[in-house]
Amino acid sequence: MIRRIWIAFVSLMLVGASAFAQPPQEGTSDGFVPMSSLPPGEELPAARFVVASYAFFLLLMLFYLWTIWNRLSKVEKDMKELERRNGGAAR
Amino acid sequence: MRFFQVALLVLKKDFAIELKSYEILSTTLFFAVSCVAIFSFAFVREGEAPVDAAAGILWIAIAFSGTLALGRTFERERYGETLKALLLAPAPRPAIYLGKLLGIMTLLFATEVVVVPMVAFLFSAPFFERPLLLVALLALGTLGYASVGTLFAAMLVRARTRDVMLPILLYPITIPVIIAGVRGTSALLASPVDEPVAMLWIGLLSFFDVVFVTLSLWTFEPLMTE
Amino acid sequence: MRKLFVPVLAITALMFAYSPIAIAYAPYESTMRLVQKIFYYHFPAWMALTVSVTVCTVASAVYLFKGSPRADRIAVAAAEITVIFGLFGLVSGSLWGRKAWGVWWQWDARLTMAFLLELIFFGYILVRNYGGPGAEKLAAAMGIFGGATAPFVYKSVDWWRTVHPKTSVMTTLGETSPEMWYVVWFCTFTILLFMGLLLAARIRLEEQRAALDQLYLAAED
Repeated sequence: MIRRIWIAFVSLMLVGASAFAQPPQEGTSDGFVPMSSLPPGEELPAARFVVASYAFFLLLMLFYLWTIWNRLSKVEKDMKELERRNGGAAR
Repeated sequence: MRFFQVALLVLKKDFAIELKSYEILSTTLFFAVSCVAIFSFAFVREGEAPVDAAAGILWIAIAFSGTLALGRTFERERYGETLKALLLAPAPRPAIYLGKLLGIMTLLFATEVVVVPMVAFLFSAPFFERPLLLVALLALGTLGYASVGTLFAAMLVRARTRDVMLPILLYPITIPVIIAGVRGTSALLASPVDEPVAMLWIGLLSFFDVVFVTLSLWTFEPLMTE
Repeated sequence: MRKLFVPVLAITALMFAYSPIAIAYAPYESTMRLVQKIFYYHFPAWMALTVSVTVCTVASAVYLFKGSPRADRIAVAAAEITVIFGLFGLVSGSLWGRKAWGVWWQWDARLTMAFLLELIFFGYILVRNYGGPGAEKLAAAMGIFGGATAPFVYKSVDWWRTVHPKTSVMTTLGETSPEMWYVVWFCTFTILLFMGLLLAARIRLEEQRAALDQLYLAAED
């Protein structure tokens, strides 16, 4: 019973508060507008940012893969060590 | 209703203990006051403090003293092992959470009663032009902050690094509440008072509160069981 | 499922190899021109992050309420993936914004909420590593609250007028520029596959750790 009242209250608050919180909507939508070629003299300053961004992606993912590989090999080394010792003790 | 009876019992217990020594209340109050004082010194320039800073400083003081109060309250529980006893009692767990939440909120309200006039005084900030809106902002913001704080402080009682973990966990999650509180309070400080913006932030705070309290009530039980 | 790993890895590698070509041939955007091309990895990274946040939140809830250790493993893997992709998303967005808006960072709604999301899941990792015994449950609570914050990141640009491009950019891209649309979704699919592979690898690490713990327990007997 309490649970139902609580659920009803929560739903009312969520609907009410979200309706409350809407600021005025804009009329214009700002989407991307495509273009086929660059006017000259516009290219160089942006290139370093684009290159940096993709290079960072590559480095970050390689770094993360390396950390996973590192931790995994450490765990597997410990596992082999333990299996060796367990196998020896069992006999 | 048994649920609210239990919550009120927990609240009464905390009151009874606190009223004996006023330890947590006085230390939290003093900390809040020193917090405001430090920020005042940091921001005062040529004898005047920027009014814009008042809203931010108020909420920072609330957040920091809230963290302190949470830590102290649950440290007391841990020291007396009363939390374990509470959890063993045949009472609905969410009711215990609610009782602790009400206690923390009372503590924070008491702090705010001192800090808000102090900030208004030091920063010449016209906080009391729309007292109802200010009270609504403070109440909803404190509820949002305390709801998450009580949950996290309770679950960290058993952790080893509890003192350092509480801010690390609490602040990212409650920053939306603080942002809403600061923006709403800034709207109240603008001249003329920007009521629609303040109402917007109050609406958003209510939304956060509902989400956080519901989530906290829902997850309190599994988090406290071992 | 394990048998799928190598074929999917091969396909993903090929798609990654092709993506720079696709991106280079995509049309330029008229106001932002070259720097807009960061978008082709920036948007997919945030899509991958959304998926990993959802996975982490659901897995955390399952772990908290059902006690399933498998759910816990999935949750911690998804949290790490979230931090990694979030880091890339924030840095790439910052690089893009430096050129397009002139500033490295802006405290607008979406950037603030995205940064918070990153902090929350970073806190998840910290709690797991330094929380002591029983930290899995604490981290699960962080995961659930983090998941509750995530929808705000998405909706924030629609509710507040901010400098960040709105979500309507993506929903209308099919009409405004089909070529861009194809490249974006190709890259999104590529990065989602890659995220799946990373997740699988990370879960395998957790499984091996659990197996190691079992071996330690067996050794003590």
